[in-house]
Amino acid sequence: MSASPPSAALPTAEDALALGLTRAEYDLIVGKLGRPPNQVELAMFSLLWSEHCAYKHSKKLLRTLPTEGPRVVMGPGENAGAVDVGDGLAIAFKVESHNHPSAVEPFQGAATGVGGILRDVFAIGARPIAVLDSLRFGEPSSPRSRYLLDGAVSGIGHYGNSIGVPTVGGEVYFEGPYEQNCLVNAMALGLAEASRLIRSAAAGVGNVLVLFGASTGRDGIGGASVLASAEFGEADEDKRPSVQVGDPFEEKKLLECSLELLDRGLLVSLQDLGAAGLTSSASEMASKGGVGVEVDVARVPLREPDLEPFEVMVSESQERMLCVVEPERVAEVLAVCERWDVHGTAIGTVTDTGRVVVRDGDRVAGDMPVAALVDDCPLYDLDPVRPTQPLYPAPRRTLDPGAGPRETLLALLASPNLASRLPLFQQYDWIVQSRTVRRPAEADAAVLRLPNGRAVATSIDGNGRKVACDPYNGTVWNVLECASNLACAGAEPLGTTNNLNFGNPEKPHVAWQLTEAVRGLGDACRALDAPIVGGNVSLYNEAADGPIYPTPVVGMVGEVPDPARAGRLGFAREGDAVGVAGPFRPHLPGSEVAKLRGEPLPDGLPAADVAAVRAAQEAIRDAVRAGELSSAHDVAEGGLLVAVAECCLAGDVGAVLELGEAAAPSVERDRLLFGESPGGFVVSGPGDALRRLGERVELDVLGRVGGDALDVTVGGERVAVALADLREAHGALAPLFP
Amino acid sequence: MTTFGVVRFPGSCDEVDALQAARRVGDAKLLWHKDRDLHGVDAVIVPGGFSYGDYLRVGAIARFSPVMESVAEFARAGGLVLGICNGFQVLCEAGLLPGALLPNLERRFICRQLGIEVVTDRTAWTAACEPGEVLSIPVKHTSGRYYVPEDQLPDVNVVFRYANDGNPNGSTNDIAGVANAEGNVVGLMPHPEHAVDALTGSTDGLRLFESAVRERVPA
Repeated sequence: MSASPPSAALPTAEDALALGLTRAEYDLIVGKLGRPPNQVELAMFSLLWSEHCAYKHSKKLLRTLPTEGPRVVMGPGENAGAVDVGDGLAIAFKVESHNHPSAVEPFQGAATGVGGILRDVFAIGARPIAVLDSLRFGEPSSPRSRYLLDGAVSGIGHYGNSIGVPTVGGEVYFEGPYEQNCLVNAMALGLAEASRLIRSAAAGVGNVLVLFGASTGRDGIGGASVLASAEFGEADEDKRPSVQVGDPFEEKKLLECSLELLDRGLLVSLQDLGAAGLTSSASEMASKGGVGVEVDVARVPLREPDLEPFEVMVSESQERMLCVVEPERVAEVLAVCERWDVHGTAIGTVTDTGRVVVRDGDRVAGDMPVAALVDDCPLYDLDPVRPTQPLYPAPRRTLDPGAGPRETLLALLASPNLASRLPLFQQYDWIVQSRTVRRPAEADAAVLRLPNGRAVATSIDGNGRKVACDPYNGTVWNVLECASNLACAGAEPLGTTNNLNFGNPEKPHVAWQLTEAVRGLGDACRALDAPIVGGNVSLYNEAADGPIYPTPVVGMVGEVPDPARAGRLGFAREGDAVGVAGPFRPHLPGSEVAKLRGEPLPDGLPAADVAAVRAAQEAIRDAVRAGELSSAHDVAEGGLLVAVAECCLAGDVGAVLELGEAAAPSVERDRLLFGESPGGFVVSGPGDALRRLGERVELDVLGRVGGDALDVTVGGERVAVALADLREAHGALAPLFP
Repeated sequence: MTTFGVVRFPGSCDEVDALQAARRVGDAKLLWHKDRDLHGVDAVIVPGGFSYGDYLRVGAIARFSPVMESVAEFARAGGLVLGICNGFQVLCEAGLLPGALLPNLERRFICRQLGIEVVTDRTAWTAACEPGEVLSIPVKHTSGRYYVPEDQLPDVNVVFRYANDGNPNGSTNDIAGVANAEGNVVGLMPHPEHAVDALTGSTDGLRLFESAVRERVPA
């Protein structure tokens, strides 16, 4: 059967180029079809063969990542991964990016980013229980960055708050290279009975495809190829119509409707409609099931009249799901949809042809082999070359390199990357669903209790500047940081998700960043037994002034046996001993203080002793779980003194500390106070508890909790900063949200 | 045993939380928005969320739902009704409580744990509280600024005020919650259903649910 062409003439190779395909790819498509594709077919191929859908520059690298472990219930390839959390329960989770849409229209871009990741989670039958987000913008001194930040934060809140899923954590960094190309990554967790997780593979010849949710309009047409797979140029304003518009109310109904359909056992399989809309959902369901599908675009409910068949197939209208249903259950499925005031329509069938057939009523509008669409996109080898010149300019100096410890501490606390995130977090509902045991800024990781009396901790991390300094070691540091955050909450990692945000992989230096970062990600996750259960890749994040910092964002989910003993970061009791534990090897180049001083990025970071860091994480985790410690906080950006200040601020109590007798030269003093490395933890608790911890891991007792100042003597020099001064500095982001 | 009915609109977010909170002191079931039958419940909770998407104006569509016709009848007959956040907005729109909830002064969503002063224990939902005591209960809303015209203000039966200068939204006279004259219908912006367990922050919100149960015990 061959497709009869639409009324217009067949598209040409030039049209294929305009849609982002290469000439060779177009020729390959002609070969697969045995004829030139018509408009519908070319539109579908251009999307499924885009970087966004086909991972054609990253798939080979991703195959090197560890994906298996004893607790993995569902690995990469499904809408989300899942890990076993005991008693037959599973946590599904995944992170995804919505970078380019957010750079064009931050509110809707971020909102639909949250909507998309939530659909991924409930598409496998899990009820979404938490959202975290990872944001990157240019410096807040730039009006564009402030506009993007405000829009993205409002958009995330708008969607998450309205749909009843708490936003429990996240991170935000401000760096020049994100000025034009911001990053908005959203991660979601869902809870399900492990035995009831559902896959997306279509099955059962003769079964019915039911589309349910919002009607289909022109929004987001070409989003996947036009927005997500090309560099940013001057004409991005023109792309605004390509950004999808979200409706959290519609998604809330869709969520409840989907979960009720699954609860009643009415579905064979389920898939959300994301990038490339019906095209990718239908084709991928068919591909996974080894079957064919036939879809009639004339039956798809439309938001506006006169959509062309190709537009129906590629529309990225939000809040839609596609399911496979046995014919005798269709009526019941549609009745459940109606109960939730959700449109449900049978639009096609599962066939045994191995082809995707698009009908427009009686006319065949497209007819392609499933394999050609989904599996036969060529995969490309990268051509990585380590750059010989620095790729990024030195950050702008904002602190006199000669500034003393007090001034430096206050400058760090007030710097955009370290200032309190409360002005953002309080725009998010972190309470709804009554699971949040540790709220933002209470602990290094969010902690959510589960119905089985246990809890999970979750964190998302990804310092791009460190990866720009050293793609391999920087990525290892990021993974360790995420696991350290979990350890401080008392959690053991069960699984990892990641979002690889990079520039144009066809450029050798970006290819090198990507290759090295994936190698670091794999090595670190293997060393921590924290397998990767899912993730996403976002490439071509660059503007005319160059690529973003390479930003592999890492999200982890870990297990906390007793939520009542989940760790906190704030000092809690006057008189507690304070110590720094773990293989902490502070290093100044590439640190936050180096950034404030305007120092260029170093070429390389020290390799972490991953085994030693893991051993320290285990010791801290065990001590937290045993209820031995009053607080635990990992030393991250800003170094030791900032970490201690954060413990004081979170606990609203001071500390008197003495450190580094031999730290006489100011360089050595600064390294100790402000240097950064993985594997350091500030802990507080009874002296005996710290002594016991010191038997398992290197630990220096620094002093005691108490008073209303952070009072530190270093190398004979005393630095005392009142809590009120620390707090004022730390509140520096509040004016961004008037 | 007191049975609470928790209304579920499309777009409700906190209905399961309210259900679980009520179950700590009694029995509880969900009431579907299309169903006029209240199924014999002793007290009704209109929960938080974004009923019907709240697109026209907060609470404006929900008040016309079939279940709300029955809730209004139930309230006028002296039945116990508690509106939380969006539920408070719905009760105001339905004319069961005076005033209206306007967008926060800062026009942003705000989520914060706050002190709420109990102004009176002479309502069905505060009978177990002491006047003047401060409860730790979170707020989370975009439209929580309580407003009544000045000439009606003296007649408002104020039940809760934001304490310690903590008015988060610009509400008139720091008003966080009000009752009808009879005290059987109470609405408040803070979320007592999210303050029923020390593990998640506070247990102070339980007092409202305990009050409703006490109210049901025959004298």
